[in-house]
Amino acid sequence: MADLAYEQEEISLAPGESASDFAGRSPWRLAGRRLLRNRVAMAALVLFLLIVVVSFLAPFYAHHLAHTDPFVSNLTGTTKVDGKEVQVIQQGTGPLGLGEIPIGPTWHLNYFMGADEQGRDVMARVLYGGRASLEISIGSAVICCVLALVLALAAGFFGRSTDAVLSRTMDLIWAFPVYLLAISLSTVLLTKPDGLQWGPIHVNPSSFWVPIWIIAIVYIPYVYRPVRGQVLSVREKEYVEAAVAQGASNFRLMFSEILPNVISTIVVMLPLMIATTVLTEAALSFLSIGVQAPQASWGTIIDDGQDLLYTRPMVAIVPGIMIVLTVLALNILGDGVRDALDPRAKLRIKG
Amino acid sequence: MLTFIVRRTIGLVVVLFAITVLTFLIFFATPGIDPARQLAGRNPTPQTIAAIKHQFGLDRPLPVQYALMMKHLFISRDLVSYGNQALKVVPAIIAATPVTLSLVIGAAIIWVVFGVLLGLLAVVFKGTFVDPLIMILALIGISMPVFWLGEVLNLITQDRLHNTFLFHWVPPLGYVPLTEDPWQWFLHLIIPWISLSILYIGFYARVLRANLLDVQNEDYVRTARAKGLTERNVLVRHMLRTSMITFVSLFGLDFGVLVGGGALLTEVVFGLPGVGLLTYRSLVALDLPVIMATVIYGAFFITIANAMVDVLYARLDPRIRPA
Repeated sequence: MADLAYEQEEISLAPGESASDFAGRSPWRLAGRRLLRNRVAMAALVLFLLIVVVSFLAPFYAHHLAHTDPFVSNLTGTTKVDGKEVQVIQQGTGPLGLGEIPIGPTWHLNYFMGADEQGRDVMARVLYGGRASLEISIGSAVICCVLALVLALAAGFFGRSTDAVLSRTMDLIWAFPVYLLAISLSTVLLTKPDGLQWGPIHVNPSSFWVPIWIIAIVYIPYVYRPVRGQVLSVREKEYVEAAVAQGASNFRLMFSEILPNVISTIVVMLPLMIATTVLTEAALSFLSIGVQAPQASWGTIIDDGQDLLYTRPMVAIVPGIMIVLTVLALNILGDGVRDALDPRAKLRIKG
Repeated sequence: MLTFIVRRTIGLVVVLFAITVLTFLIFFATPGIDPARQLAGRNPTPQTIAAIKHQFGLDRPLPVQYALMMKHLFISRDLVSYGNQALKVVPAIIAATPVTLSLVIGAAIIWVVFGVLLGLLAVVFKGTFVDPLIMILALIGISMPVFWLGEVLNLITQDRLHNTFLFHWVPPLGYVPLTEDPWQWFLHLIIPWISLSILYIGFYARVLRANLLDVQNEDYVRTARAKGLTERNVLVRHMLRTSMITFVSLFGLDFGVLVGGGALLTEVVFGLPGVGLLTYRSLVALDLPVIMATVIYGAFFITIANAMVDVLYARLDPRIRPA
């Protein structure tokens, strides 16, 4: 994939910079300065951090502000709205009064966005769901990037059979549709309700580690390919040759000569990878093979909201808006980081 | 060129073989998993389990099991779903393929037309408010989960605004075969097409814009301008033409991924009985033979599409033909 190649050969100027800005500055400080000056990217970063903080405050919101338990069904309970006690699950309207409809948005702290079919507070669930979605997507993106980096370093540095085996394995994973591979792995791992035991490792289907590892593994080739290409080109550079001539060990060559020169690719890819894994986690949970009940994530809440779509659309809409905001912020931030590290670089990934 | 095609075909066969092996291993050799119980689906009877054990020779060594599985899948094509004994897996996939193709081809036409149009507009109006506006819309487009967008469109066109002049023509969810009633086929697919194409419109507009901005300083573009060609001619005949090489190869990959299973979420939300919905139904019922077969089908389709893109790419650009 030549279009994913990321080359950083000569210094290039971003708009509004002069050559004197470069004097005596390291590439990282320069990139940091460019990023700080990029107002749009900074706004995106603030938005993303805000979503993270609010999601991690979910228990506080549920216990101290909404006073609702988002994980226990509440079919017969009541809640106070404007001083009146109201049923959480209400009788259907219309002349016959058929069916049951959960309470709609109250615009008060309790049941701010209404309740779902089980009478659970949607707003509190969205916050808890955000925590789960973010933990899984950030965790899988980080694991994916680290594993891909290590494999790419090994493949690019040792070459020959190491490279052949690793690259063919990556080609094989690449050949699978991302969702179908994730579906295969999830169905196999989720079929045993009490989990699997592999020697000392216990795989619990309700643990977040299952979706984290599945998502990390299916995206490894997307990070591995561009990084390996870069390792191959850096290995031929004069400074590496100079280190070899000094008698540097393989370990030193890999980690202090080559690694610092390919790490910027990973830094650029990380926000975009998290954006991709947020969408993947949501899709898997929507298909009921990601986060398992009683846990919730944005994807499972959208799935819950499907049956209520025409009566209480907020249940499905709110978590979707959270996903759009998160992914949008990460995409803008990723573009900003890319522009900051190399204004000319061309690199895109997508899910 | 011929050598290249031969080499690529050999590589293709190797990858296809590896795909079947890997899929087989995931379903049959994951430690701690009893494949007979797995294949039998939810709440199997002991008879079903015994029948499966016999049919796939699960008491025999793994390579024999693999060979038997492939025989059921490709040669005798009589692999049966265990959730529904009457459902033969391979014919079910073949019957569902036209639905998936209808969805993906229609969406592909929309996304190519609008992707190119928006990418060109952004370059032509660079420096005005139009360019950032198009780019932020494109970015929002690629940030939306496709299944959520589908639900929001359903909410609007099926319920909230269905009784207004805007969307009263939208038929209920479902699918009508093209051979039965072409007009209804078209009406049923419009909203799914739009929903599926928005992500790709955004992505292709961004890629095309970046590509056009890259080539605008190339020597041949300057030469074209120096010859006194009109700006429109330079843009369409020279810049767009080179940018299309990236565009075409991306398109081949995305099209393959969508037909190979990527359209699953859209099919689920709009109730289109394609290969994706078949996968989803078997997922809910934990009907492993169907899931395994659709995964292999999808991976096959994508791999073959990739190989075709490689050959086409080599025809367009002789530099990438390996010696």
